[in-house]
Amino acid sequence: MAMSIPVALGTSIMAVTFNGGVILGADSRTSTGNYVANRVTDKITPLCDNVYVLRSGSAGDTQAIAGYVQHFISQFQAEEGERITVKTAANLVKTIAYNNKDNLEAGMIVAGFDKHGGGQVFSISLGGTLQQAPFAMSGSGSSYITGFVDKNWRDNMSEQEAMDFVMRSLKYAMTWDASSGGCIRTVTITEAGVDRRFTQGSQIPPTYGELGRDKILA
Amino acid sequence: MGSNAGGFDFGLCKRNTMLENKGMTLPRAWKTGTTIAGLIFKDGVVLGADTRSTAGTTVADKNCSKIHFITPNIYACGAGTAADLEHVTDMVSGQLALHKYATGRQARCITAMTMFKQHLFKYQGHVGAALVLGGYDINGPHLFTIYPHGSTDALPFATMGSGSLNAMAMFEAYYKDDMDRAEAMALVARGIRCARVVYVPVIKQKVLLLKDLEVVEGTPEQMDVS
Repeated sequence: MAMSIPVALGTSIMAVTFNGGVILGADSRTSTGNYVANRVTDKITPLCDNVYVLRSGSAGDTQAIAGYVQHFISQFQAEEGERITVKTAANLVKTIAYNNKDNLEAGMIVAGFDKHGGGQVFSISLGGTLQQAPFAMSGSGSSYITGFVDKNWRDNMSEQEAMDFVMRSLKYAMTWDASSGGCIRTVTITEAGVDRRFTQGSQIPPTYGELGRDKILA
Repeated sequence: MGSNAGGFDFGLCKRNTMLENKGMTLPRAWKTGTTIAGLIFKDGVVLGADTRSTAGTTVADKNCSKIHFITPNIYACGAGTAADLEHVTDMVSGQLALHKYATGRQARCITAMTMFKQHLFKYQGHVGAALVLGGYDINGPHLFTIYPHGSTDALPFATMGSGSLNAMAMFEAYYKDDMDRAEAMALVARGIRCARVVYVPVIKQKVLLLKDLEVVEGTPEQMDVS
């Protein structure tokens, strides 16, 4: 049994700001070598009520980092008496990723909503670089959709438009990347709170462009 | 970080490599070929495991117990290095016994999971323990898989070990939500049975039902409810 192969999140994850908040989306595949260890993984992990993190890379490393940051944030909020900002939460993740860069393999996207900056997305890559952006994507599946996303991203989308954009992008990433698949999970964070959604794999058919399955099969 | 801040002492590794290069065969750790499985059903969780322990191609123990006691309401099936499993399950069991006195409450399955994952992550995969952890606590039934590098998954049904793909095939085909106790036990036994090596005629399986702590032993034929 391939137990000596570390468990990895070959992944497609993305986070997108829209007019009023952020939407985080992820596939649900965790693999050990060629075996899918978990086909219904939840890669969208809460750091606190208003900030979530998307995890890609080594499953053990990202779960450990998320655990530490959840702990630091609860301490912070108890001491400060108010909600943490998305930027501060992202900096806590970055500090761990940067200071332990030789021993970690973790690509994460921190996204959330606070009353100072509205919806924000921060990307933290392998060496611990922190970059804020209107949207971000990561994981092995993201390289297949760079062209699609460049063409279809617009600033200031409505919630529905942003959701459609995330679902379509992840659908393509999951079709073309062998390490991504399963179902699509999304989390929408706005001033009103958090909304979690789940779309089954059977409702995300692989397609060629926008052609339906019936048009492709002879 | 100090030179003796915990973790393993790798001081003798150079010496061992030198001996190996000179032609000496070093002893290998026992790693069991194993099938372990767990399944959540309507009233609780069923855990199952085969009972063969191997040293290379010889059967070292025909009836070993791979379902380890953690607390009266939590058990863990283990695959991987036998010594690591015994020690890490004993360690968490002891920690939880003390925790129970400190908190005055029954242990929760997620607490056991967190203790395992933090220990295994600290040792970066060198502690070869892969576990299917199952329990029933104040929040209901729980089932977790824990990998040697410290990652965990929460699942309705799970398998681990060299026979995991065989057992998983059974589970994926026949699992449904809210099964009753007899159905659940039969499916777990079926999954473990599918993973046995074909040329051995009989393997004794232990199926441990958590909610009522009833241990059921039997041959494959006896376990077949359908």
